[in-house]
Amino acid sequence: MLAAIAWWVLATIAVLSAFAVIAARNPVHSVLFLILTFFTSAGLFVLLGAEFLAMLLVVVYVGAVAVLFLFVVMMLDVDFAELKQGFLSYTPIGAIIAVALFAELALVASASMSSNGVPISVAATGESAVTNAEAIGQVLYTEYLLVFQMAGLVLLVAMIGAIVLTLRHRPGVRKQDITAQVGRKRSEGVELKDPRPGQGLG
Amino acid sequence: MFEIGLSHYLFMAAALFTIGVFGIFVNRKNVIIILMSIELVLLSVNINLVAFSAYLQNLEGQIFAMMVLTVAAAEAAVGLAILVTYFRNRGNIAVEDINQMRG
Repeated sequence: MLAAIAWWVLATIAVLSAFAVIAARNPVHSVLFLILTFFTSAGLFVLLGAEFLAMLLVVVYVGAVAVLFLFVVMMLDVDFAELKQGFLSYTPIGAIIAVALFAELALVASASMSSNGVPISVAATGESAVTNAEAIGQVLYTEYLLVFQMAGLVLLVAMIGAIVLTLRHRPGVRKQDITAQVGRKRSEGVELKDPRPGQGLG
Repeated sequence: MFEIGLSHYLFMAAALFTIGVFGIFVNRKNVIIILMSIELVLLSVNINLVAFSAYLQNLEGQIFAMMVLTVAAAEAAVGLAILVTYFRNRGNIAVEDINQMRG
């Protein structure tokens, strides 16, 4: 009962804030609504018994992806009101396709309902011996090791790609040159003078 | 109504997916919103994967959802890097003006 109420609240907030993401006038608001959607989806994952993935969603999406979006939105000096134009002119064709798509997906999803109208339960059956994170850890590094490594490779390529794309050398900016620093000789940096007493260097 | 089943999750994910696709259609000019819409689509796929994982009592779906999460993060990073570079060169991010590679 309590889980059902939590599900309805979370699902309603998730869908409404997802709509607010695409409808908000200000892109910063869009990003914040996106964060709300991710948070509520993480709640849904907890209800499904996937706690590890829920925490991963919060850490990766809210902590990294959404903040990245926020940085870019705030860094770019763009007139977003101008970009918002044409929203209404595209709405009819978009709505037609959205309704058709949702009808198709709902048709498929309704096949998952059992015939007597009682929904198929997704609740965890019985007490499991290990926690969700432990169970994932047991298979992730053994059975799915190759997939895990490939995911790391994807992230590495994405990281290098993002750096290569955004790195630029601006002229006139002084930077540390470690080779020149280390390659300095004693004779270039130190000069020995032998001043006479009472006369100084002059 | 008060017994949450698999179909509830499927319908909810379908709604999220549809909203994501709708967002791509109506925000034709704003690349940032389009990228966010793609994130919504990937999130709905993740919800489906986890729902089926719980339904089948099989962890494979959750592992696969993690991989989708990885790809989504990588895609967001590269997409936003391209966006920043484009803005630096052109001074705007209007999608309609991106036609230099048109044959």
